[in-house]
Amino acid sequence: MGTTPFDGSRWWGMARGPLSKMAFGVIALVVLMALLAPWLSPFDPNAMNLDAVLAPPSWQHWAGTDELGRDVATRIMYGAQPSLAAGLGIVAIGLGLGLLIGTFSGLMAGWVDALIMRLTDVAMALPGMVIALALTAALGPSLLNAVIALGLLSVPAYIRVARGQALALREREFVLAARAMGASNWHLIRAHLLPGVLPPVLVFTTFHLGAAILASSALSFIGLGAQPPMAEWGSMIGMGREYVLGHWWMVVIPGVVIMLTAASFNLLGDALRDALDPRVRKA
Amino acid sequence: MLRVIARRLLMLVFVAFAVSVICFAISRLIPGDPAQLVLGPRATPQAIQEMREQLGLDQPVLTQYVRYVSDLSRGDFGTSITTRQPVLGELLSLVPATLELMLAAMLISIAVGVPLGVITAVHQGRWVDTLGRGVAILGISTPTFWIGLMLMLLFYAELDWLPGSGRLDMGLEPPPLRTGLYLIDAALAGQWMVWRSALSHLVLPAATLALATVGTVVRLVRSAMVEVLAEDYIRTARAYGIAPWRITYIYALKNALIPFVTVLGLELASLLFGSVVIETVFAWPGVGSHVLGAILNLDFPVIMGFTVLASVIYVLVNLIVDLTYTFLDPRIQLKS
Repeated sequence: MGTTPFDGSRWWGMARGPLSKMAFGVIALVVLMALLAPWLSPFDPNAMNLDAVLAPPSWQHWAGTDELGRDVATRIMYGAQPSLAAGLGIVAIGLGLGLLIGTFSGLMAGWVDALIMRLTDVAMALPGMVIALALTAALGPSLLNAVIALGLLSVPAYIRVARGQALALREREFVLAARAMGASNWHLIRAHLLPGVLPPVLVFTTFHLGAAILASSALSFIGLGAQPPMAEWGSMIGMGREYVLGHWWMVVIPGVVIMLTAASFNLLGDALRDALDPRVRKA
Repeated sequence: MLRVIARRLLMLVFVAFAVSVICFAISRLIPGDPAQLVLGPRATPQAIQEMREQLGLDQPVLTQYVRYVSDLSRGDFGTSITTRQPVLGELLSLVPATLELMLAAMLISIAVGVPLGVITAVHQGRWVDTLGRGVAILGISTPTFWIGLMLMLLFYAELDWLPGSGRLDMGLEPPPLRTGLYLIDAALAGQWMVWRSALSHLVLPAATLALATVGTVVRLVRSAMVEVLAEDYIRTARAYGIAPWRITYIYALKNALIPFVTVLGLELASLLFGSVVIETVFAWPGVGSHVLGAILNLDFPVIMGFTVLASVIYVLVNLIVDLTYTFLDPRIQLKS
């Protein structure tokens, strides 16, 4: 992958193709759900209604109700908030730390780079999700702790991507010139390296966002993430599991929503990569 | 070759050190007093003080770490808070059930993923390719725990074709213990009724677990095949008039599968975590469902024991995979 600087026209081109458009649509819809949930639904996500317990989908509750009579569709809409926020939080931790450390490592080269890379190798040789599971259990089951654990464990992958790019850029003329003029390391990173390092890292970020939503929902499903009564997609499925035989809507619908959201981020990642990779664009 | 092996072994030392430090640090993060956790809420202050001394919690952190590592290296993973049994023995007794599940899942994901990857690469850019790509994206985007519930809903609750939980039908005795893998043990003992029951119980959880990896397999085989099919020797083979299927499946696939070996090792990570989730869904009596029980009971010795065991297995398997890789692809030596 080349070290192509940011170019807006290329990003525009990626919206072509029906799959990418659908992915954009789904993501926009989920974001709208997260932002407008209180206006979109007449129900309170946590209000129990013992007259309508485990009701199948109907005109009033078009995704049915759960074991406490709460409207499933409403909980899915409200659930978009923690589910998206968890994904974004994980990515922000990985991206923030990984981008800085990776770019720094690539800029310094030499023994600093060697040390950081060996540490990264070691970190990546561990089964991440298993460690995340233990870390979340130790920090105490909560969505925030799940996000912290999953975020920290994603840092090494970001370091690798960013470092590779920075290493390629550091020998380029504009970086050498800035260095010759006495620019500080921080200035070099901020003004000259980050703009070139960012695009490929963003591709990775998009893929990671889908994976991060899946991972945090999995931790919520087994009870380590979001805690009741919070409406979160993974924990909704975890709660609905007990009732799945005979009450499919509690599990089927939130799962479809997670799948569509994660698939959309993956498709978007594909489209971004194709838009940024000159080899693919020529083909 | 020797240098590569030496480097890998050196790396293993560092990774083992990192695993021990991380697990030690996590076990010290646990809120509250470990002695209190072991003894329960009604313990007397004196008993807690004695337990603190017994666990070495009154020692400096470095001493505690050294003690932790030496305990681990002797196979002492501590005692489960809920069952009062040694953690390692309990986990190891459950390993065969999980191993059977993982092996079956890996077989399924190779049997489905490799042909799908080849077909999409050969028909690059056509509808089969788009379809395959769609399946792969759905595969990596679908929560496995959810797919498990869906398969259970369909094949157990609706169609009643397959059982939805456990390893054997009610009333059946497990086959005589040899490997702990019921399919092998039952076959060795000639108990075909038990074998059929074990197989029918294995299908749904294994298929679910396979789904976690099949998307990655398809993507990887496809991209490796696309690369190999563009090589000169493939063009030469075509020019010689060798049958297309022979070129695809013998000449190209053999080389495309080399990078695939490493991925099998890396995929073990998703299988290890997946087992916790999937075993819970299907009430599969393995390591994963045991660990989930420990998580819900805050049984930290079991959770940490699992983390150490899973990390060690993962690191060792990947070491073996890497060494196999250097045998399969002699070019690797030049790079190091």
